[in-house]
Amino acid sequence: MTGLLESLGLAQSAELLSLSPPGWGGNLLRGLSHSLQIAFGAYALGLVIGLFGAYGKLYGGKVTRDLLAIYTTVIRAVPELVLILILYYVGSDIINKISAAMGGGRVEVNGVAAGIWVLGVVQGAYATEILRGAIQAVPPGQIEAAKSYGMPAFMTMRRVTIPAMMGFAVPGLANLWLIATKDTALLAVVGFNELTLETRQAASSTRAYFTFFLAAGFLYLMVTLFSGGIFARIEKWARRGQPSLKGGGR
Amino acid sequence: MIDLRSLMQPHRIVMMLIFAGIVIWCAMSLRWDWLPKYAPLALQGIWTTLWLLVVTVVLGFLLAVPLGLAQAVGPWYLAAPAKAFCTIIRGTPLLLQLWLLYYGLGSLFPQFPWIRSSELWPYLRQAWPYAVLALTLSYAGYEGEVMRGAFKGVAKGQLEAAKAFGMPRLTMFRRIWLPQAIRNVLPTLGGETILQLKATPLVATITVVDIYAVSSRVRSDTFIIYEPLILLAVFYILVAGIIALMFHWLEVKVLGTGSRNGSAG
Repeated sequence: MTGLLESLGLAQSAELLSLSPPGWGGNLLRGLSHSLQIAFGAYALGLVIGLFGAYGKLYGGKVTRDLLAIYTTVIRAVPELVLILILYYVGSDIINKISAAMGGGRVEVNGVAAGIWVLGVVQGAYATEILRGAIQAVPPGQIEAAKSYGMPAFMTMRRVTIPAMMGFAVPGLANLWLIATKDTALLAVVGFNELTLETRQAASSTRAYFTFFLAAGFLYLMVTLFSGGIFARIEKWARRGQPSLKGGGR
Repeated sequence: MIDLRSLMQPHRIVMMLIFAGIVIWCAMSLRWDWLPKYAPLALQGIWTTLWLLVVTVVLGFLLAVPLGLAQAVGPWYLAAPAKAFCTIIRGTPLLLQLWLLYYGLGSLFPQFPWIRSSELWPYLRQAWPYAVLALTLSYAGYEGEVMRGAFKGVAKGQLEAAKAFGMPRLTMFRRIWLPQAIRNVLPTLGGETILQLKATPLVATITVVDIYAVSSRVRSDTFIIYEPLILLAVFYILVAGIIALMFHWLEVKVLGTGSRNGSAG
């Protein structure tokens, strides 16, 4: 009897989660794809900011270094939710000002682009610290050797610093990617149609809260576990040729 | 902590003057007339944020100790669920967990008459128990993983020495293993506590009135956007700074040195 009820309950859930219109599965997957787009974009933007930030912090002038210190400290002390609101309003204000200056009217900001801008600036602060630590971990002799060969700064970065620091940076960058995927959920509060908001809309219109929130949790968990596997392979690749530390340390 | 001479370099003085100018400009030309009206509500919100932080950190840590212990030395039937719990908590967004508990459990409970008639019902109808539960579980999930490493990191010789003294297992745990493990993770614990502070504004989405919710209300009532957000950011920076200082003080007291990765920033 209980088995029958259970299969009945599950059948109902399966119907709710089906991909065709009476079910909401399609909406969830669309939300997931928005979340992943934003996460990828924000991660890429964060890495670019982080690379410049790390170089600025290590080799920049006094003022650059102080400004970057303020940037990383403030971003890491203020909750993401608050930063998202501030950056969202600042971003749409700037775009509207530019559009007004060029004689246009109000501009509707694209949700994905706004999410990338907002989360990317946040990610940049964390990436700056991770990459700075990784660059500092590269033995200075290697960079000096490159310099003594007469390599220009940019070529040194491309050929020596970045490949050598990858092994140190990858674990931190893997964490950062997980933070990026999970932070996209916060954009639901501002009203972007990503996975969490789609889930909530589906749940509140069908009253099947558990089904949808568990399904969304499962999707996030799959992304997390899958990326964990990918990053393990990347780390193995980045550490190729380095002596194994197994058994050393603690 | 702050070296006065390093602050007195010319470029820093110029930057501080510019910063002071920005502050004065903010005070003069932005709108602050809403402040007196919302001050009592804001104080209440600050209080909510702070007790939520303290309660969930304490409860979460108490939960993290058995989670870490089970993963570090427990038999497989304890280690596996603990590991699964930590993976699930760390693999899904806190906002989703919060909504699952509040909307999911919250919509399930009224269906059972015996829960409605129980003495817990007046609490279960409110939002804050769900907020406390979600934040506690989240902190426990992250911290359980940290404690696993901490328990494993305690030198084996110390435990063997305790055993050789004939110390009972519980005494050994209480006197040697746990204190050593906490010593090991104090710097990490400070960082995690600041992360927990940054997670608290999420409870505003389930109608708990913390300081973030107050600032949202100011925004929606008066259509003033930046001023409440700036104050909010300053509040969180201040609290994060205080937490960092407290842990620094604790580290100096317990370890005899500050954390090696330097003070905040």
